[in-house]
This record gives sequence, C-alpha cells and structure tokens, in this order.
Amino acid sequence: MTQVVAVTGNEAVANALRQINPDVCGIYPITPQTDMMQRFASYVSDGKVDTEAILVESEHSSMSACIGAAAAGGRVVTATSSQGLALMWEMLHIASGDRLPIIMPVVNRALSAPLNIHGDHSDAMGARDTGWIQLWSENGQEAYDNTIQAFRIGEHMDIRLPVMICLDGFIISHSIERIEYLEDAEVQNFVGPYKNFLPLLDLDKPKSYGPLILPDLYHEYKKAQHEVMAKVTDVVLDVAKDFEKMSGRSYGLFETYKLDDADIAIVILNSAAGTTKDVIDEFRAKGVKAGLLKPRLFRPFPYRKIADALQHTKAVCVMDRADSFGGYGPLFMEIVSALYHAKDKPLLMNKIYGLGGRDYLPEHAETVFSELIELANGSPLKNVKEYLGARE
Amino acid sequence: MSETLELRWHGRGGQGTVTAAKVLADTCLSGGRHVQAFPEYGPERAGAPLRAYNRISSKELRMHCPVLSPNLIAVVDATLIDSVNISEGAKEDSLFVINTTKDPGEIREKLSASPKQKVFTVDATKIALECFGRALPNSPMLGAVCKVTGIVSLDHLLDDIRKSFGKKFSQKIIDGNIEATKRGYEEVKEG
Repeated sequence: MTQVVAVTGNEAVANALRQINPDVCGIYPITPQTDMMQRFASYVSDGKVDTEAILVESEHSSMSACIGAAAAGGRVVTATSSQGLALMWEMLHIASGDRLPIIMPVVNRALSAPLNIHGDHSDAMGARDTGWIQLWSENGQEAYDNTIQAFRIGEHMDIRLPVMICLDGFIISHSIERIEYLEDAEVQNFVGPYKNFLPLLDLDKPKSYGPLILPDLYHEYKKAQHEVMAKVTDVVLDVAKDFEKMSGRSYGLFETYKLDDADIAIVILNSAAGTTKDVIDEFRAKGVKAGLLKPRLFRPFPYRKIADALQHTKAVCVMDRADSFGGYGPLFMEIVSALYHAKDKPLLMNKIYGLGGRDYLPEHAETVFSELIELANGSPLKNVKEYLGARE
Repeated sequence: MSETLELRWHGRGGQGTVTAAKVLADTCLSGGRHVQAFPEYGPERAGAPLRAYNRISSKELRMHCPVLSPNLIAVVDATLIDSVNISEGAKEDSLFVINTTKDPGEIREKLSASPKQKVFTVDATKIALECFGRALPNSPMLGAVCKVTGIVSLDHLLDDIRKSFGKKFSQKIIDGNIEATKRGYEEVKEG
C-alpha cells in the first residue's frame, strides 16, 4: 500500500533515507539542503533509525568521515549543496577512486561569487568528472525514487561506485508536492541488506585503501574506473525494471516526451523539464511537432542511446542551468559529442537559463520553440550559445 | 472551477501565510488530486511582504514556476494593497479574498475590480484575536478561501487542521484555530 502525502522534496528524500536506515550519515548544514539533514538528524535522535550520525565541522570532513565509514564496511550517506559540494571536491575523487558506494543527495544550488542560495546546476556539473554516478530528478517523487534506486546501483557488486542524486534547490527541495511513499518494508526489501566488499574492519584480512600507485599502474587503475562506468547503464536499467514492478513508476536512462515524431526538441534537466512539457502540449495543439529529452543518468552519459533518440529531429536546443565560461554549457557539450557520430543529426543550439534561481517560465520555452521552428525552416543560427531571458 | 486551481497568497512574514498554503495543499490531496504549495524565497524577516502559491489539479502538475495568472488571490494583510500590485496577472474572473475591516464594496472599488471578478472580505485578524488571542489571520483566511472556492468541505478542512496543528500546538491553540477557521468560513462576505 502506498501512502500519498503532500511534502517537500527535502522531506521526501529524508524519508527515503529513513526507510533505508543506513549505518552512518555525515551531517553538515548548507542551504537548501539543511532541512533534509535536519530531518534525518531528528530520525536519529528519535530512534527511528539505527544510523550513527557524525556531526562534522565542514563538508570536507563530512565526505572524509563517509569515506572512512564506507571503507570500514558500512552503508553510508550524506547530503550537500553548492559550496559544500565544492569543498568536498578532492574527497569526491577519493570516494570514487576507492570504489566506495556512498549515496549523496545534492540539492542543486548556484556557486559563489556573488553569493546566491538559489537553484542552478553549477555545483553538480562541477563534480561531473569526479567519478561519481549522477542521477537527476525532475520533482520530489523522482528524487525519492532515485534515492532508493541509487543504493542498488552504487552497491551492485559489479559497480561499487558512489552516487549523487540531484534535485533543484528550492524549486523542488522546498516545494510541497503530492508524493507517493512506498512502505518501509518494501523499500528495505528492495534495497536489501548491505553487502560488504573488502571492509577495513575485517581484521583477519588486513588491507589498505588508497595507497601510492606510481606510473607503472596508475594509468591502468584509471582505465578500470572507466570500464566499470561502462557497466553502469545496464545496472541502472535492471534496477529501474525491479523498481517499476514494485512501484508502477518507470524509469530509464533518460525520459522522452512526444519525441518520437518530433521535428524540434528541447534537451533539459530537472524541474524545468516539467514546465517545458506543458509548453510542448501547447505547441502540439497548434500542430507543431515539438518534443523533449530529459537526461536522468548524466554520469555515465548514455551517448549512443541519446543520439538514437534525437537524430531524426531537425533542430534541438540544449538548455543548461550552468555555464562553462568561455565554453559551451556542460549538457550541450555532451549532446554535441553524442550526435557527432550519428548519420543524421539535427541543428543544435545552446541556451543558458535560470542561473542563481532565475525563474524558468513557460514564455522562455515558447521563445526557444519559436526559434527552433525558424532554425528548422532554414533560418541561419546567429549564435550557438546565448543567455535566455537575460536583462539588458 | 477550471481543471487547475491556481492561488497566490500575499502576506507579511510572521502571519502564517506559508503555513496556510501548506495546509491547503495537504487538505486538497483527498480524492487523488495533485497539489503544490511553495513560497517565494527572499530575505525572510517578520513584517516583510511575501508571496506563496498553490496549484490544485485533477491532473499531474508539471509546471515548476510561480503562478503567473491566479484564479484566486488571497491577501492576508490588507496594508499590502497599497504597497504591492496584488492584482498582477489576475484573470478576468479571478476571485479576491482580502483580510480587512472594510466592507467588500469599498475594497472592490479600491482594486478597480472588473465586472466578472469577485471580491470577498473577511475580518480575519479580529476573528483570530477573539478566538485565540493572537493576530495570526491564516486560519480564518483558510476558512474563507475554502468557502469561496468550494475546493474542500469545511469538515474536511477542520480535520486536516486538527491533524497538522496537532503535532506542534496545545489543545487550546488547536481549538482556537478550529473556531477561527469556522468563523472565517461563515463570515466571509462578497462585494
């Protein structure tokens, strides 16, 4: 029996973590994630979970504590946002390099300077190359579902990698929406007991994590990390299949909306995808074949499957809620790479939108679709990359 | 009522406006409806103007941005009428529910409401003071909003308030809020 509730994204993810009852949780506050870990800390204090909460003095320490606890042999979680994720940066590489399946919701928020607490994707995009698996979530329901699935993916014996679950700060973390909770027993049964792999606390078999590896083998070690990423997509799909059996909600590597016969399309992550879908319905009603592709798995990036899904379109706008100054937006770079080897490919443009929590409104999607219609009809592309809705 | 009901709340920090939006979302969950409740986050301080939003629909709610053209505008603090444009984005048949001592005709004139727009008033601050001794007008405002939209029954709303206030407040405060909600429902007037 599912329970239908009206809760915030933070509350839903905190509840997923309660249902999973991890061994250790590193806790440090940062807006807009704070409320998630605060709720989880209450579960610890109220005896609702058996988790050992480690209250640390920074996110760097939080990730360090998580690494130690995961290497010791525990199921480990933490959560962060923005500057917190940035401060963790060097430890993120150690978590993935040591193949520790730490699970971390990231409530996406802009980076300083200037100081801004609102939602954009600069934080998680900056962690793109840290060797973590990344799952992105449109709404509170997806953030809850992705959190539960993340444990099965990261802890899979063929994978053993840390996973970030990304959700939009404030827009999702602090908005109340209708969410369906699974039962505690269902979630526990789905995730299963934690399986250890080379735990440090197995004192009869001493081992070492993260020793010095010189040029004779470091290169091969990194190749092995690349190769394990190649196995992740199948595991993500298998886990999604089991999750659908339990919940009735289906997930893939990415979601498409009215894309099969689309002439023009928007590629966009997270909460802005929902607003875009409503605008697609408006354009469809006018006879315009518009569609959407919303990546869910960003690392590893499913290049070939995304190329297959987009190659029949005439023009595509890739929308980035983060920028690489002096370069293209991070999602755009992936889509261009994906389509380069495709036989047929659409014309491509890149729009940077919604930085620092600037609202993404239906009128923005309408503007983009109107430009895509012109581009598909042969108008020249003025600039590959432009800022959408920026004040002059 | 159209398929999706969109509300915008205007209040000041510390009046319980965000709580009102949350309780409304919670109470509207029944019957398989989809709901959203979210405030606009700015510098949060007591007395500062703030907005909060609700969407309530029989369909899945995918839109994740502020409500731009609300079906209903609820003003928890009447002094805001002079300082912010509370009619921004209003539809030609939007409903207004205003917490004020003034009568609805006077407010109607002040807002220059168009013929199809309906203006309701309720003295929610007075009701709150009489029912539980504090100037927190959110519960009578909720009662009034329920009455004019008919979105849920009064009994259903009262049950939900009992449930959501029960976690945080004493029985005396809960009883006061229940009474205030009922009076907001009963005393709201159309102009």
